[in-house]
Amino acid sequence: MRSRAFTSWTRFVEAAVLAVAVCLSVGATDANSRFNDLGHRLMCTCGCAQLLGECDHAGCPGREPENGELAAAIAAGKSDQAILDMFAAKYGATVLAAPTTHGFDLVAWIAPFAVFAAALLGTILLVRRWSGVSVGRAKAIAAGAELAALDPADRERRERIRNETGMDGGF
Amino acid sequence: MAAFGSLALVIALALAIYNLLAGTVALRLIATGQPTRISPERLADTARRAGIAGFIAVTGAAFALLWAVFTNDFSLTYILEHSNRALNPAYKFAALWSGQEGSLLLWAWLLGAYGFVLRLRHKTDVKLYAYAGAILAGVQTFFLLLICFPASPFALFRGDIPADGNGLNPLLQYPEMVIHPPMLYLGYVGFTVPFAFALGALMMRYPGEKWIKITRTWTLVTWLFLTCGIFLGMHWAYAVLGWGGYWGWDPVENASFMPWLTGTAFLHSVMMQERKGMMKSWNVWLIFSTFLLTLLGTLLTRAGLVSSVHAFAQSSIGTWFVVFMGIVLAVCIFTYIYQRGHLKTEHHLESLVSRESSFLFNNLVLLTACFVILWGTLFPILSEYVVGNKVTVGAPWYNRVAVPIGLFLVFLTGVGPLLPWRATSFKSIKRNFILPVVALWVTVIVCLAVGVRPWVDAQFNTGNFYALVAFSVSAAVLTAIISEFLRGAAVISRQTGRNLISSTWLLTRRNTRRYGGYLVHIGVVIVVIGLAGSAFNRNVESELAVGDHLNIGPYQLVCTGFTQDSNALFNSEYAMLNVSKNGKHQFQMLPERRVYLSDGQPETRVSIHSTPEWDLYVVYEGANPDTGHPIIKAILNPLVGWIWAGLVVMVLGTFIALVPSLTPATAALKVPAARAIPTEPALKGGD
Repeated sequence: MRSRAFTSWTRFVEAAVLAVAVCLSVGATDANSRFNDLGHRLMCTCGCAQLLGECDHAGCPGREPENGELAAAIAAGKSDQAILDMFAAKYGATVLAAPTTHGFDLVAWIAPFAVFAAALLGTILLVRRWSGVSVGRAKAIAAGAELAALDPADRERRERIRNETGMDGGF
Repeated sequence: MAAFGSLALVIALALAIYNLLAGTVALRLIATGQPTRISPERLADTARRAGIAGFIAVTGAAFALLWAVFTNDFSLTYILEHSNRALNPAYKFAALWSGQEGSLLLWAWLLGAYGFVLRLRHKTDVKLYAYAGAILAGVQTFFLLLICFPASPFALFRGDIPADGNGLNPLLQYPEMVIHPPMLYLGYVGFTVPFAFALGALMMRYPGEKWIKITRTWTLVTWLFLTCGIFLGMHWAYAVLGWGGYWGWDPVENASFMPWLTGTAFLHSVMMQERKGMMKSWNVWLIFSTFLLTLLGTLLTRAGLVSSVHAFAQSSIGTWFVVFMGIVLAVCIFTYIYQRGHLKTEHHLESLVSRESSFLFNNLVLLTACFVILWGTLFPILSEYVVGNKVTVGAPWYNRVAVPIGLFLVFLTGVGPLLPWRATSFKSIKRNFILPVVALWVTVIVCLAVGVRPWVDAQFNTGNFYALVAFSVSAAVLTAIISEFLRGAAVISRQTGRNLISSTWLLTRRNTRRYGGYLVHIGVVIVVIGLAGSAFNRNVESELAVGDHLNIGPYQLVCTGFTQDSNALFNSEYAMLNVSKNGKHQFQMLPERRVYLSDGQPETRVSIHSTPEWDLYVVYEGANPDTGHPIIKAILNPLVGWIWAGLVVMVLGTFIALVPSLTPATAALKVPAARAIPTEPALKGGD
């Protein structure tokens, strides 16, 4: 029963991940929206540190040639990836507005989610552990109260030890 | 005046060093109880007075620099490079922070001002304030060393002194630039104060949580300044840079956002320490990190480690910052290890679903967001170091990685306040969450009905999807917060006979911190709604001869002329556009482009018409060299006004949170005697 439930959950998660991946990877297809989309995935090369699709410099030495090359590549029927590769080959990797998804660049994408997942997991485990400690401590306090009530000498001795070993000073 | 300014800086440095050394020795003597010829208390008081005198000396130096700007004293290299005779007097003030040396002097002056207030209020807790004062003096010593040696604003120009200066960077000649940098610096510098208190309290093993109560106002005010600084910067980028947006994930923008995130996390988690004695180590490290991030931000912008459109001033002082950050980190780590026994938690979480755990998750998300931004900012350097290839980490990366985290944070903004302290029951969850969940799904349905759909022409649109999630989660959060207000107000209304508005006001005054905080959350949600509007931006670009028009949304822009103008500072070109909506003339827009004479740098003056629904944003891109006709870009930016409105609500909420709550005795006096009410436990509740 557990194995069937586990399989169902696995399938559900796989389907969800696949759906999200497909959704996020699907791009626009018509030339205008492709031009706009790719213009926002490339940087202007004039050094203004703006996206090609948002560069607003009149007479910018980088924008017009890049836009021309981009329009020509779209008209030639090249795929998005081929166009991005073409720009990277010509202008260097810095022309791409985001790291690629292969090689060391992949680390840029994975690290944030890995850190988030690890932190989330750590927090959940910590809270669960603390919850257990709280319950345990409550029981211990209750037990301690009973002991102290039965033996006042023991309570006094414990208090003295606490006072003698307590630290209170600065530097 | 140069000699006076330099002398004032040297005196300030000497006083800061004395404050640091005498303060440290005095506190050490007090801690160890060693007998000495001079009373350690008197020594500590001389250190405090040196700190006060140091502020006066730095003020003198800042005055000397301003005097030099206003008298056009171009014998100073700094004035020569950042001002000129024709500069508008208001912008002459901006010259103080337009260059590196001036902005470091501003930093030192603001730190001196914060220290001045702190040292005047020392009677609140003499010993704790002495520790904090000595730590502030240490930080001040670093900045004064910088402006006395490698980055002096009073360095003299060598050679024949030119008749006029180079002028202020044109991008800075905008009204907001007179207030945006000081606001940002007030935020940056201000975090030194809670840092000093946290470190001081840890060093002296300060008993209890009183130091947090003392620093609460400092932290909130600092956070408010940083918030305003960031938003003013966004508005400046929107109105001046002319690319149609307000946030470009530029390293300098990121540098201001990171300490804001950790500072926000601190403001939340510190409540756990106040109420439950929990998360003590966490809070100490949050404030340590916030201070270190303010230094890192300055390092990033000043040392030229990363390329940025905002890096107005770069130099070689990066090494100084790296060394200082190393020293600060070492002191923090050493103090923490030595005194960590003092930070033992007094309670533990009792349930995964509780107010406490929501604070924990809120901190987790805020810190993850901070890590994401730090990672994105530094990845180009890391990539170059590891594979020898510098890559660009721009807006597309942040939009994919940071936006989902931001939306999750908004979700937590609504969930957290609905959860009770310690533990919660299913019944309580059902009662508190039913309305927000209904609001969420109603908004989803309404959005889908009006066309906010993740699928456009059978293609998945990420922007639309994020917008849909943002609108629906925002509706749920707003419903949750408003229902919290109304629930409390209804109780007061029943018991006092007041109307609902009056009851809401009394409720807020009884617990300003809690309800001021809720108002800040409402402001954040309004900002998020405004940000989500960017998914529906539209733009059109066209060359317009006289009589030509372009259409965007419901507007038609008709070119009625274009002309040129000039004055002593700049030459300008602008177009005159009559805007009509549904065939009726509405208003005129005058987008402009200036070319400054001092350095030939062009600058855009965008024409913006704002409504709650959208901004019509028109840019004069330049004239076609062949025809001479202006090239106009029109952008329709939906809901941008909500971002600025959200800031106003956030500021209002913070002000309310800063006002002390009515004490029960005072509150009772305000209620008619015949209707005096018993204390309402729900209203005394948490923060």
